[in-house]
Amino acid sequence: MIKINIDNRTVEVEKGTTIFHAAKKLGIEIPTLCYMNLGDLNIEHKPGGCRVCVVEVEGRRNLAPACATDCYEGMVVKTHSMRVLNARKTVLELILSDHPFDCLVCAKSGTCDLQDMAIKMGVRSIPFQGEKSTYKPDFSPAIIREMDKCIMCRRCETMCNDFQTVGVLSGIHRGFEAVVAPAFERDLDHSECTYCGQCVAVCPTGALVEVDHTTQLIRDLADTNKKVIVQTAPAVRAALGEAFGLEPGTLVTGKMVAALRRLGFDYVFDTDFAADLTIMEEGTELLDRLTRFLGGDKEVKLPMLTSCCPGWVNFFEYHFPDMRDIPSTARSPQQMFGSIAKTYFADKIETKREDMIVVSVMPCVAKKYECTRDEFAVDGNPDVDYSISTRELAMLIKRSNIDFNSLPEEDFDKPMGESTGAGVIFGATGGVIEAAVRSAYELHTKKQLEKIDFEQLRGLGGIRSASVDFDGVEIKIGIAHGLGNARKLLEDIKAGKSEYHAIEIMACPGGCIGGGGQPLHHGNPEIIKARQKAIYQEDAGKPIRKSHENPYIIKLYEEFLGEPMSEKAHHLLHTHYFDKKKKDILID
Amino acid sequence: MTSIKLKLKESEVQQLKEVAKSFNNEPGELINVLHKAQEIFGYLPAEVQEVVAQELNVSVAKVYGVVTFYSFFTMLPRGRYPISICTGTACYVRGAEKVLDEFKRLLKVPVGETTADGKFSITCLRCVGACGLAPVVMVGDKTYGRVTTDGVKEILKEYEDQE
Repeated sequence: MIKINIDNRTVEVEKGTTIFHAAKKLGIEIPTLCYMNLGDLNIEHKPGGCRVCVVEVEGRRNLAPACATDCYEGMVVKTHSMRVLNARKTVLELILSDHPFDCLVCAKSGTCDLQDMAIKMGVRSIPFQGEKSTYKPDFSPAIIREMDKCIMCRRCETMCNDFQTVGVLSGIHRGFEAVVAPAFERDLDHSECTYCGQCVAVCPTGALVEVDHTTQLIRDLADTNKKVIVQTAPAVRAALGEAFGLEPGTLVTGKMVAALRRLGFDYVFDTDFAADLTIMEEGTELLDRLTRFLGGDKEVKLPMLTSCCPGWVNFFEYHFPDMRDIPSTARSPQQMFGSIAKTYFADKIETKREDMIVVSVMPCVAKKYECTRDEFAVDGNPDVDYSISTRELAMLIKRSNIDFNSLPEEDFDKPMGESTGAGVIFGATGGVIEAAVRSAYELHTKKQLEKIDFEQLRGLGGIRSASVDFDGVEIKIGIAHGLGNARKLLEDIKAGKSEYHAIEIMACPGGCIGGGGQPLHHGNPEIIKARQKAIYQEDAGKPIRKSHENPYIIKLYEEFLGEPMSEKAHHLLHTHYFDKKKKDILID
Repeated sequence: MTSIKLKLKESEVQQLKEVAKSFNNEPGELINVLHKAQEIFGYLPAEVQEVVAQELNVSVAKVYGVVTFYSFFTMLPRGRYPISICTGTACYVRGAEKVLDEFKRLLKVPVGETTADGKFSITCLRCVGACGLAPVVMVGDKTYGRVTTDGVKEILKEYEDQE
């Protein structure tokens, strides 16, 4: 341990601790625009690039970046001397001198770290006038890049390369021309971007934002000839409250339903219903593969991988196309919902597919892309018309004069609003496989589960494994969140080293609760943990907690689909994957 | 965006793969491999960078990041007679900039680019260690010292006559 003095107070820290962290121990928050630490998720980003965190160290000629300078015994640090405050303000003014002044109309306004910093530092004018960086904006189906607003914190690069191992973004050029971009400055749409949205989730400015569908939605809600139906993903209810000042981890399911009804949706449904349906199909597929495998079938592909996460689907289509026969063919809950809404439910309310708009509220930006995939449309009419993020929903509620916090708790509409606890836990890492195990166990053993909670499948470890006893047969399960972790499991499978029967993969940290479309966590991992707790709380409070016991799912099969994996189910609820690995080397 | 497919010579790609192998396909050897790649192909078009990325198991974006960071690497093919003007301190104070401007004026291309006929390209470099001859210009391997603006035309003429 070493002793150091910060702002006239002494603190003892371990060797190797940075000034930034030592100060934190004393309750001193040194400001920064580039540093990021996602704690348990093992992501630390400290490029020392923004220079906002500079502090004065006694005996040192120049100022030191607190995030990248280690403490030493007897060190004396000043974090708010006049020299520091002046330098910090100058650094900020220089950053702002190469930033567009369109804050009033920027998508990030109000949640922008740069804006917050300018407020905090009391910046009242930009004394530096000079050249400004200008780049062509890049519009993809899910993410918009406006690099004029980039401040080169390079957090997006860390998420894209180190955490996700997707490798689409890199710092290019040098000096004033330096910027983060895909190879050869191609558009995201022409890169191997999975649209996981983790770059958007950590961007401190408006340089990376999601595609906005709220204007389209307002137009559709106003159209009396359209039946507008909404589905909400499980993770949304565990985070939406944050946008209205509620504590992270506050469940707002009932208020969210009430808000959606007041916005004017004709039917307020739940993606959790479709999650239960996913379990019926995916669970049956898993049981089928397992039974064949245990019966000695050498052709059967194991482990089976989940396929709910569109970022993950993109990832294996780009990086592991040879293995695209391993993931389950089950569509994601979002797409199953759309497919059933525009067939089964459309018949029930005697509405034509063309007169129906299916909107999803997702914690995700990749979902925006997923619903545009050609295979999820019938004669050009998409099963899900478009997807809005949790953030967009919050904005829409505010814009529509709805006082969210005073709303009553309301219930989802029937039939596609009824769900079980199994559907809810899809929102957290490990949840999909736990939901699948709950049903697969009972369907396979014909016995009732004594204990519904599979604690061994929960947690925030990047790669987790567990065994579940299926009445004498040991089923080995792997779980990964973050595509970098997924890559490790895939490489094991490729090398024939994998012992798993089933693997769940989610692209985002913590699963959907940490998705790219959620209220920004500003690098605070505690928020993700709180949301996770909320998800399991909702599950525990549900009267039915196993997908195959959902009465409306049972009815759906009786009235419409027949059996899981029937021909009709295959047609409406399953999909196929593509080899997207670039074959041709092209030049622009 | 118009995309033109550029075909690399199989033998040259093979040569590049051998180079990567000689560096044990180590991602940390990226800069060394790019140096050799530029020797083989004369420049580093996107296709070459894709091969390098594949061989060293790094992302193409990262390769592109390194190529655009270092001014030594070029993504444009150099002319048959690459002209390098030294703009180091000694040459600069003895009028290198005027010499450079004259090359640009006569060839009608900016620094870093190649004439339409593929004959000449202009680049700047920093000090070739012949400060006594400042300002210095190199065309390929040949060095010209004490170049004046009037001398530029003479140099170009030498190569025009060669074809």
